[in-house]
Amino acid sequence: MVTTTEKMIGNYPDERGHFGPYGGLFVSETLMDPLDELREAYQRFMQDEAFLKELDEDLKHYVGRPSPIYHAKRWSEELNGAQIYLKREDLNHTGAHKVNNTVGQALLARHMGKTRIIAETGAGQHGVASATVAARLGLECVVYMGAVDIARQEANVYRMRLLGAEVRSVESGSKTLKDALNEAMRDWVTNVDNTFYIIGTVAGPHPYPAMVRDFQAVIGREARRQMPEQAGRQPDALVACVGGGSNAIGLFYPYLDDREVAIYGVEAAGSGLDSGQHAAPLCAGKPGVLHGNRTYLMEDKDGQIIETHSVSAGLDYPGVGPEHAWLKDSGRANYVAVTDQEALAAFHDLTRIEGIIPALESSHALAYAAKLAQTMRRDQIVLVNLSGRGDKDMHTVAAQEGLKI
Amino acid sequence: MSMLKEKFAQLRQQQKTALIPFITAGDPLPEITVDLMQDLVAAGADIIELGIPFSDPMADGPVIQRASERALEYHVSLRDVLEMVSRFRQMDRETPVVLMGYLNPIEIMGYQNFAEQAADAGVDGALVVDLPPEEGQEFQQILKQHGLDQIYLVAPTSTAARIERICELSGGFVYYVSVKGVTGASHLDIKSLDEKLKQIRENTDLPVGVGFGIKDAETAAAVSQVSDAVVVGSALVSRVEALADQPEKIGAALRETLSGMRQAMDNAVHK
Repeated sequence: MVTTTEKMIGNYPDERGHFGPYGGLFVSETLMDPLDELREAYQRFMQDEAFLKELDEDLKHYVGRPSPIYHAKRWSEELNGAQIYLKREDLNHTGAHKVNNTVGQALLARHMGKTRIIAETGAGQHGVASATVAARLGLECVVYMGAVDIARQEANVYRMRLLGAEVRSVESGSKTLKDALNEAMRDWVTNVDNTFYIIGTVAGPHPYPAMVRDFQAVIGREARRQMPEQAGRQPDALVACVGGGSNAIGLFYPYLDDREVAIYGVEAAGSGLDSGQHAAPLCAGKPGVLHGNRTYLMEDKDGQIIETHSVSAGLDYPGVGPEHAWLKDSGRANYVAVTDQEALAAFHDLTRIEGIIPALESSHALAYAAKLAQTMRRDQIVLVNLSGRGDKDMHTVAAQEGLKI
Repeated sequence: MSMLKEKFAQLRQQQKTALIPFITAGDPLPEITVDLMQDLVAAGADIIELGIPFSDPMADGPVIQRASERALEYHVSLRDVLEMVSRFRQMDRETPVVLMGYLNPIEIMGYQNFAEQAADAGVDGALVVDLPPEEGQEFQQILKQHGLDQIYLVAPTSTAARIERICELSGGFVYYVSVKGVTGASHLDIKSLDEKLKQIRENTDLPVGVGFGIKDAETAAAVSQVSDAVVVGSALVSRVEALADQPEKIGAALRETLSGMRQAMDNAVHK
């Protein structure tokens, strides 16, 4: 085990995007050269001081970084276990971690001379974050969103339209995030000359999983600097929710070499892993190929992708970033799942006890962190990535209580 | 000699361009697919491309996506598709069959298992849309061991170096995607097509087929003058779709569309 993780850290992916057996480049021929062009540009600009300076300035003055770390004292007291700290990605401009990545990719798009941005979105957070940076840079923006998600995330749809983006409803397949991704790929393959596809998570063909991770890793880099200042030391455990897994990898990646820090990724168990109504490929799926990479998937015995279920639209995805698949197999990270009901309970707890309304996605991480903290000593520390704020989820939560707002 | 190679040699002698219709297996009803394949042969198909239904056909336009959805309503699996080819083979020993699909259903069956069963069923080649040469070497070796050709795509965006590599690896024929876009797209430009095909031919003696965007007999005829094979998909599948609730009429409709293309192509070549 130790040798596997030792080899793993810092060396992945390989030059063709493989994380062990996962990742890679599984796309049609038309996209091979554009992906190569993207990989080349990304590698060049990530060494370019002027580009990195511009990115840092944007993250500081536009996104509002660094995001604070907050000690949830009352909640920790109530749980009577380890101390829970929250990395406050919910305080970023646009309300979630997604903007870290869109700022980076949009900057890259501009430097590559692309004039049109496309994106897929589930909960709408990545769509809003893409529309936001497109507005700021004066780029045309089209966001693909499943018809089912459009219905349950009306507010974000309106935000995207206000920002000048065109939101295209996707009516094929299950009409959720995976279908939006298919449709965005189809757009890209058609308009590849002038269009930059901003993928919102650490999935897709190489270089996306590595590139999105690198843009999100600012979360973990900051946390490693902030924790000693604030808590006197690094945490004993990290907890983050995993849909595609971008907020999780962003927190985990800079900590991979810190072996004494335990890592937990939390998937959506929906109505329960036994019910089949969930979105937990790492906990209950198997490896396969979808959306340009090999990873764990929710699929049936014939290899067809099956519909997922989660109360949180942002976790409703049948695949997961290939690096998480690799971290799971290598044993460096643990993957667990919490149900809709557990996540909703944590949503209410944090709201009432700390005065912070978390996103339903992040509530999955909170629910597991609460369970974990109760098995730990009071002088231990759990750091949770509070990846987004819950404003967008008011309708969903109210509906759970039979209310319409 | 592989059946694909034999077929192309035959056509070259007759100075004919191959006509390759595509339909999705199981669309709109699993029990009529084999009959439809025979209809296509009767209307002048030289090779049949049979689509393996997949839940997430990323490279396909709306017409072929919906064909997959219709077939999946009947849970048509890769095993079922192979069973259909096997039944077709009992009646037709001369028309090569190429499977076209996405990797995941093949991966879950296992490469070895797939290759064995496909060879047994009488499949001649496979085109896996989301398996570029970089990731396809293991699969290709296994296909080769079972006498199956792997057909690779060349796209308008393929660089000279990629074209060279793909031509080296391809078996059966090279499939040129004539437009940037998904299946069923429009705006096929014959002049730039001709230039690209010349570039491909500098790298290979394999026949070069052209697909994506061949909508009607006129386009098929024009493309047939510069290529070795014309692949027609969405134009046929949209006829299947229009008659999905009158399946008994689909065979005649496909024969009509395809024989129109066949005639236009043959006339064009003999001109």
